[in-house]
Amino acid sequence: MIVQEEKKNIIIKDLTRNIRLTNRFHIWMGFLTLCLIFCLFAYYKQIRYGLGVTGMRDYVSWGIYISTFIFFVATSLTGMLICSILVLLGQKWIAPLVRISEIIALSFAVVAGLAIIADMGHPERLLYIFIYGRFKSPVLWDVVLLIVYTIICLLLYFIPLIPDAALLHERSTDIPSWQRKTYRFLSFNWKGSTEQNSLMAKAMKILLIMIIPAALAIHTITSWLFALTPRAGWNSTIFGPYFVTGAFVTGVSAMVLVMYIFRKIYGLKDYITNMHFDKIARLFVLVSLIYLYFSINKYIVPAYKMQKYESVYLHELVAGRYAPLFWTIQITGLILPTILLLFNFFRKPLQLFIISIFVFTGSWFIRYLIVVPVMENPFLPAQNLPEKFVSYTPTPVETTITIGIFIVVIMIISILSKLFPVIPVYQTIEATTNETAD
Amino acid sequence: MPDQNNSSEKNNRRRFLKSLGLIIAGIVAGSLTIFFRSRFQTRKPGKPVIKLTASNKSMELANAAFIRPRLNSDSLQPHGRIGLTGKRWVMVIDLSKCNNTRKCIQACQSAHQLRPEQFHINTLLMKDSPMTAPYYLPKQCQQCDNPGCVSVCPVNATFKRTDGIVLIDNERCIGCRICLAACPYSARIFNWFDPRDAEKYSQQPYDIELNVPQKRGTVSKCIFSADKLRKGELPYCVSACPNGVYWFGDENEDAVTNGTTKQTIRLSELISDNAGYRLMEELGQKPRVYYLPPKNRMFPFQEETINKNEENI
Repeated sequence: MIVQEEKKNIIIKDLTRNIRLTNRFHIWMGFLTLCLIFCLFAYYKQIRYGLGVTGMRDYVSWGIYISTFIFFVATSLTGMLICSILVLLGQKWIAPLVRISEIIALSFAVVAGLAIIADMGHPERLLYIFIYGRFKSPVLWDVVLLIVYTIICLLLYFIPLIPDAALLHERSTDIPSWQRKTYRFLSFNWKGSTEQNSLMAKAMKILLIMIIPAALAIHTITSWLFALTPRAGWNSTIFGPYFVTGAFVTGVSAMVLVMYIFRKIYGLKDYITNMHFDKIARLFVLVSLIYLYFSINKYIVPAYKMQKYESVYLHELVAGRYAPLFWTIQITGLILPTILLLFNFFRKPLQLFIISIFVFTGSWFIRYLIVVPVMENPFLPAQNLPEKFVSYTPTPVETTITIGIFIVVIMIISILSKLFPVIPVYQTIEATTNETAD
Repeated sequence: MPDQNNSSEKNNRRRFLKSLGLIIAGIVAGSLTIFFRSRFQTRKPGKPVIKLTASNKSMELANAAFIRPRLNSDSLQPHGRIGLTGKRWVMVIDLSKCNNTRKCIQACQSAHQLRPEQFHINTLLMKDSPMTAPYYLPKQCQQCDNPGCVSVCPVNATFKRTDGIVLIDNERCIGCRICLAACPYSARIFNWFDPRDAEKYSQQPYDIELNVPQKRGTVSKCIFSADKLRKGELPYCVSACPNGVYWFGDENEDAVTNGTTKQTIRLSELISDNAGYRLMEELGQKPRVYYLPPKNRMFPFQEETINKNEENI
C-alpha cells in the first residue's frame, strides 16, 4: 500500500510539473503577444484597404489563407486518428499521448475558422451564413461541420480532464486563487465514485465513436469546396479520400512535433518513451504509404491521358514553374521519410522529430500546390490584365497575417499545456495500480 | 450523511437552474424590448417649416412632410430579385464580326463603375488549335441555366431570376469567393480595393439590377444590364458595339435584335443557319449566350491589331 502511495505521488509530481506559470512562460507569451500585435496591424491594413493588399486577384482568387485553412483542418484530424481509432482498437500504449493529440486537434480546429475569416471580404457578415444560409452550398456544410467537430474535440479534451482537475484543486496550494477556482469549476464535483467513473467511461465511448464520422465528414467536405467546382485539377472523384489520407500524414507529423517538444520541456522522458516514438513512426509509415497511393492515383491517372486543360496544370507542376517546389515536397515530405522510417535508426525521438519538421512544412506546401496552380490555369485565357492578375505571389501583408494565425495556434497550445497536465494523470495512476494488482 | 449530501446537491442544482432561467428570461426580455422599440418608435415632429408656394404665398408645413421617401435598397431590392415576367433573355454573339474595338468594354465599365482592369465583358484572343485561325471572343457571364456559382453561394447573395439572369446582391455577399472558383468561364470579378470613384457613387442608393455602387470586398459580374432591360432598352455593351456583333432578345418570343443595326430576326433561325454553339457545353452549365462561329470574317485578322492591343496593356 505504502509503495503504491509513493508511486502515485511520484506520478502526480512528474505529470503536474508543467503547471507553473513561470517567468519563462510569461516571457514566451509576451513575445508571442508582441508578434501577434504586429500581425494584427497587418490585418488592420487588410480591413482598411481591402483584400487587394494580398497577392490574390480575380483569377487566383484563393491563396495562402485557404491553403492554411485546409492545412489546419488536416492537422486537427490527428484527434480522430490517435485519440479515437487507436483507443477503440485497444492500443494501450497510446494512453499517455491521447491528451496531446486532443490539444492539437482542438487548437487547430478552433483556429481554422480564423483562416477563413481572414480570407473573407466582409468578415462582419459572417453570421449571414446562418441567417441567409443556402443549404445547397458546401461552404455552409463546412462551417456547420467545423463547429460540430470543434465541440466534439472540446468535450474529448475536457471530459477526461475532470478527475485531473479535481486532483489539481485538491493537491496544489501554491497557485493563484483564480487558477484553483478554475480547477474546481472544471472538476464538476468529481469524487471518483463508481457511478461517476462509469458515467465518464460511457460519455467517452460515445464521443470516441462520434468523432470518427465527424472528422471524416469535415475533411471530405473541405475537399468538396474544390471538388464540387468544374475546374481542371480539382474536378476529381478521389479528392475526398486524398484529403483524408493527406490529413493522417499531417496529423501524425504534428503529433510527433508536439510530443517531442513537451517531452523535452516538461521532462516527461519516463512517460513518453522511445517505445512511443517507435510505434508512432511505424504508424507514420503506414499512413504515408496510404497517402502515397492516393497521390499516385491523383496525378498519374490524368497525366496519362493529358486532356487539354489538365495537361497545362500538370505540366506546370511537374516541369513548369512549380516543378522545383513540387518535387522537393514529394521527395523530402513524403517519399524519403517513408523509406527512412523503415530503419530502426530513424525511429528514435530526435531523428523522427527532424523528419517530422520536413513532413509538416511539406504538408503546408502540398496544400498550396492544391490551391494555387489550378487557379492559375483557367479554362479561358486570362488576357488584357496586368501581370499581377494572372499569376500569384503572396504579399508580405498576407504572409504576416498567416503567420499571425499560426501564432494563435502556438499560444493556445502553450496555454493549455501550462494550465493542465499534458498526460492524463488519473488514467496513468489507474493503469499503474492495475498493473501492480495484476 | 448520504441523504444530506444528496439534498445539498439538489439544492445546488435548483439554485443553478433558477439563476440560469433568470438570465435567459433577462436576455429574451431585453432583446424583445430593443426589437419592438425600433419597430414602434415614431418620428417626433420637428419645428414647422415655412415654404413659399407657387402662387407666392407663404405656408407653414410640418417638418415630417419633407421627409422624402428614401429610395434605398429596401425598395430597390425586392423587384431586383424577381425577374421580368414572361421573359427569357438570351444573347447571340457573332464572332465573325468582332474586331476587338473594345467599345462594349468601355460602355460596360463606365456604366458599372469598374476600374480599367475590371471586366464584366472582355474580348479574348483565341486560337483553338495550331491549324485553326485566331479570332476574338467577347466573353462575359454566360447567365447559365445550371449555374455552378449560384449553387455554391452560402448566403444566397447570387441568385437566378425567372428571366434567366444571374444577379448579385452586394449587400448580402460575404466575400468568400467560392463563386469565382466555381465559374468555369472566369466571368466573375472581385472588388479587391475600393471601386472606381467610390466617393462619387457613395451617396447613390444601391441598385441591385445595375450593381452600383460597387462595394469593396464583394463580387461583381455581368448581369445582362438588368436595369436597361426593365426600361425596355438593350444592354450597354450591345448598343455600344459599332460592328453588329451582338444580338439580344427573348427566347420566349424567339426574337433577337441587333444592337448596331436594330434589325430584329428569329433567334432559332439565326442559330441554326449559322451553326451557333455555346461555350464549353460539356461542363453542363447550360449557358444562355450563343456564339456564331468566326466564319467569313468581316475583318481579316491582322497581327498588327494584336500587337497594338498588347502595347495598350
